Amino acid sequence: MTVPMLVRVRVPTQLRDVAGGTRAVDVEVATAPATVADVLDALARLRPALERRVRDEQGRVRQHVNVFVGADNIRDRDGTATPLRPGEELSIVPAVSGG
Amino acid sequence: MATTAQPRQPHPPAATTDTVVLVGTTKGLFTLRSADRDGFALAGPDFPGEEVYATCIDTRGGRTRLFAGSVSNHWGPVLRRSDDLGATWTEDERAALHFPADSEAALARIWQLTPGPVDEPDVVYAGVEPAALFRSDDGGRTFSLVRGLWDHPHRPRWEPGGGGLCLHTVLVHPTDPRRLLVAISAAGVYRSEDGGATWEAANRGIAVPWVPEGEDLEFGQCVHKVARDAGDPERLYLQHHGGIFRSDDGGRTWQPMTGIAGMDFGFPVVAHPTRPGIAYLLPLESDAFRCTPGGRCVVWRTTDAGASWQPLTTGLPQEHAHLTVLRDGFTTDGCDPAGLYFGTRTGEVYGSTDDGETWRLIAHHLPPVLSVRAAPVVG
Repeated sequence: MTVPMLVRVRVPTQLRDVAGGTRAVDVEVATAPATVADVLDALARLRPALERRVRDEQGRVRQHVNVFVGADNIRDRDGTATPLRPGEELSIVPAVSGG
Repeated sequence: MATTAQPRQPHPPAATTDTVVLVGTTKGLFTLRSADRDGFALAGPDFPGEEVYATCIDTRGGRTRLFAGSVSNHWGPVLRRSDDLGATWTEDERAALHFPADSEAALARIWQLTPGPVDEPDVVYAGVEPAALFRSDDGGRTFSLVRGLWDHPHRPRWEPGGGGLCLHTVLVHPTDPRRLLVAISAAGVYRSEDGGATWEAANRGIAVPWVPEGEDLEFGQCVHKVARDAGDPERLYLQHHGGIFRSDDGGRTWQPMTGIAGMDFGFPVVAHPTRPGIAYLLPLESDAFRCTPGGRCVVWRTTDAGASWQPLTTGLPQEHAHLTVLRDGFTTDGCDPAGLYFGTRTGEVYGSTDDGETWRLIAHHLPPVLSVRAAPVVG
């Protein structure tokens, strides 16, 4: 039996206008434990303009965007296959880059 | 050389309208607006921090719709539109412009936004990076990949130019909308005569000096921009990475235009909006330096379809002016006499309202300019 899981996605200041003006979006994922991909898929259904700033249309996390599960950058773990434990949050953070 | 073609109908007199100049920069979109094409008020930036490579002022169908294609280094590309002259901008919740899943491609940048035929105001074309053409049939709300070009057998062998593998020019034939011409850096020109279902390379005569046997290269030309003559729709002007060319048969074949000594390189070419045989260039010194030659900013104009060129300098800086104007940084407002506007990578915008005879600085201290578009709009 699958148990829905509620995950809080923290949104950086620059993306709050496409997140409905909020600092965090709560998304419901149908499967538990959920992966980062599951959360971002759910975010794509709820807030597509926010999600596409995190991943391109082929599902790849954009080069200068970091996604954290708790304190861990998913690039240091299993990428979008990184699992979330119940209660863990996902944070979208712009990389320190640009010109 | 003479031409018998009829001049294109100009826009309504500027006195009844405002002129809007959209200036896309590396740090957002700026808007210049004038009631008399004399004093311009500057507004912006919209989308601060985003690179604005493509804008469009679409005045078909009894309305004015602005489009802006921008990209954030962090958050990727965005297409926005405005129906109130830029007071507010709309981005659709569902992405208007994206590659389908089976393409395995992702939109990197929007390089060109081009209105379709005059009598089909809901048709809009977009040229993008990686090089592809998209078409909208609903006024820019949704776009579809033009598969005929995407599936072209040449595409896997297309190589990017310095700016990326970009489709930067879209020309819709004024009397036969099934005839399309696009230009890609560095793949060259491609033509379709069936609305985009099939395409053929159209680079015959454009020599490529940096490739052995480049005289006969079918594709791989680094075409920087193509413009269509105002009177003869089969006549096209082309600025190549090395040289300037003209076609008199809709792009099937190309011939070198008379060169401007020492200035083979450049990015933009602009055709006069209403008068046949007139076109403008902003040549740069060598592909290594890419600045205005000798520290002098000169616009070159032909009135005989490229047989000869005259320098236009009045009002332009003539010393210590090491400027660069990119492929979409030079435009016309469609009026007669033509308003001409160009923006530089050093953040200046120059304008002329007398077919280029005289110029003046209408904005400065902007971020590097990537694109300029202008048109009269109902004020």
